[in-house]
Amino acid sequence: MKKRLMALALTAAVGATALTGCGGGATETTAAATEAAKTETTAAATEAATEATPAADGSVYYLNFKPEQDQQWQDLAKAYTEETGVPVTVVTAASGEYETTLMSEMGKSSAPTLFQVNGPVGLANWTDYCYDLAGTDIYNELTSDGFALKDGDAVKGIAYVVESYGIITNTTLLEKAGYSVEDIASFEDLKKVAEDITARKDELGFAAFSSAGMDGSSDWRFKTHLANLPIYFEYQADGIGSTDAIKGTYLDNYRNIWDLYINNSTCAPADLAAKTGDDSRNEFLAGEAVFFQNGSWEYGNLTGEGQFTDDDLAMIPIYVGVGDEANQGLCTGTENYWCVNAEAEEADIQATLDFMAWCVTSEEGTNAMANEMGFVIPFKNAVESPNLFVKQDVAYTNAGKAPVSWNFPTMPSEEWKNGVGQALTAYAADQTDANWAEVVTAFVEGWATEYALANP
Amino acid sequence: MEKALKKYSPIFVIPTFLAFVIGFIIPFAEGLYLSFCQFTTVKNAKWVGISNYQRVFADETFVNALGFTVSYAVVSIVVINVIALGLALLLTRKLKGTNIFRTIFFMPNLIGGIVLGYIWQILINCVLSIVGEPLLALNETAGYWGLIILTAWQQIGYMMIIYIAGLQNVPGELLEAAEIDGANAITTLFKVKIPMIMSSITICVFLTLTNSFKLFDQNLALTAGDPKHMTEMLALNIYNTFYARAGAQWKGLGQAKAVVFCILVIAISMIQLRATRSKEVQQ
Repeated sequence: MKKRLMALALTAAVGATALTGCGGGATETTAAATEAAKTETTAAATEAATEATPAADGSVYYLNFKPEQDQQWQDLAKAYTEETGVPVTVVTAASGEYETTLMSEMGKSSAPTLFQVNGPVGLANWTDYCYDLAGTDIYNELTSDGFALKDGDAVKGIAYVVESYGIITNTTLLEKAGYSVEDIASFEDLKKVAEDITARKDELGFAAFSSAGMDGSSDWRFKTHLANLPIYFEYQADGIGSTDAIKGTYLDNYRNIWDLYINNSTCAPADLAAKTGDDSRNEFLAGEAVFFQNGSWEYGNLTGEGQFTDDDLAMIPIYVGVGDEANQGLCTGTENYWCVNAEAEEADIQATLDFMAWCVTSEEGTNAMANEMGFVIPFKNAVESPNLFVKQDVAYTNAGKAPVSWNFPTMPSEEWKNGVGQALTAYAADQTDANWAEVVTAFVEGWATEYALANP
Repeated sequence: MEKALKKYSPIFVIPTFLAFVIGFIIPFAEGLYLSFCQFTTVKNAKWVGISNYQRVFADETFVNALGFTVSYAVVSIVVINVIALGLALLLTRKLKGTNIFRTIFFMPNLIGGIVLGYIWQILINCVLSIVGEPLLALNETAGYWGLIILTAWQQIGYMMIIYIAGLQNVPGELLEAAEIDGANAITTLFKVKIPMIMSSITICVFLTLTNSFKLFDQNLALTAGDPKHMTEMLALNIYNTFYARAGAQWKGLGQAKAVVFCILVIAISMIQLRATRSKEVQQ
């Protein structure tokens, strides 16, 4: 009898190890994210349990896109749970892994109820899963219908943050070089200043631009954000908002600005292939460069203890020498649209809609989004953000300068961006006309090919 | 005893068998099914027949990845096995400090592929930058040799241990007899030692072959397929098809590629096993 018990115990032990073994493998993929989620869920659940009157029986699962705001979302979710008793789980996907994480999370039985897409191209992938938000509280709170992402008449996504990017400038260094921000009002001015700084690089002790790194952590600044400018001006000239075949009218201007970036940088152009986003930011923080192309989301990384103050910084428009440069503003737009999972339980959908509405209307929600996360939100009850770059965008707009809209969500695919990025890197290492022709091919022909592949 | 074994065997077999079914058989069958479907999430897949398979070989990047993988595999198998055997021969002589050297050569194997990939990326980029050549992201040849150097450095130690074990099992009488018959070191190596360690060679070639075909993390970290998918190996190509592409039409294609890949690896390793096994001798 004893032996038999022993055998049973052993079998159980073996079985348990075997099962945990394969269980471990399955969850490994999202380990970091799930870990955070688990602690959060239990915290939320316990709080919900102590709460006497839960408002609704649904729950919210938000798959967050922005790793830099993870903690703020966790805190906001906790605050909401304390107030209403509705459990809110926030999971943040690792940088660059959103689509992957979303794909695997959506396949699970407890799928995210709130997720995001980056615009029309991203929506195409998930449109079947998007709940129609027309007539919901959150939709009615939008300041403009332009912030809704529509598919026919259905409102599939709602922009929840508006961001700006341009050339972040270290005004202290710029003054040291003998210029001020007001001196730069066109591409010609920018070129003159940058080339002058390069000529006096050894004397001044700093370069014009921080490295335009083409590592995966940084290349999106150029293959996506900078590439937006020639696309924007072409769309403007042709009076369109998207296209199945780009013409590349302004690619010469794209080449000019890219030449300026890579030849007036902290490092040799050939070394850019391996430079990362952190390299670039650190050079800017260390005062090795005056200009740093990036967006309002970098504000938190640049200011604070031992770093810059608002007096040291300014963001200027990216001039490429096209259009009315005197009236060009920052590149302002959004690629963050909230979508509600249509496949979720009715109660969960309602709970999610309530949570979204609370985030953008309640004092606590709007405060957290403006002050903690530094967002400008396109909703009626928005609180003004302390983010300098965001304030500057408002100032530019008030001064009558037209913001450059974000057209990169219409880029046909990631593969297109990679093709352009690859060609830009090759051109940086060896700046010949033949190599630029490769960039043009990747830009124009790549667009048509990828558009056809993405829209069969 | 026999009876008891028979009676209780299910208790021992079933847990592992269940784990095997849950962890391997079911996902494998589902994967096979999904390769015939179009889907965004695995829950709602739409059957599309064999069209995914028809697209697999029409995809240039896949064919290119296959070519790159094969040329990488051939060179790395030879390099790894020859050097590993050479080291094993050196370290089975009665020299001082062989244990320390065995440990040192084995160590790289304990570091994960991603970490190794990034370390070597920095090293190789530094060298390329000094000699004025294009960096890894633009340099297909450097990417190819970089991968070979990296995996050789990582796997030689492991294969060396297997060869050492094999060499230690070669009976002393045989070596002595060969010596008395007047065989020199080269003849002893090819006529006595290598035939006697054929089973080690089978294992090592099998391991290096399958490792080469399945190589993923090192490839991802070192070159990520740059430039223009030129250094993309099969596993990375499948991953990129599945994850880097948005849209239902790519998921099934990635799945189909994975099935083709799986069959290919099984077939090649079967052929290799049969070929080297036939040369094994009984001691």
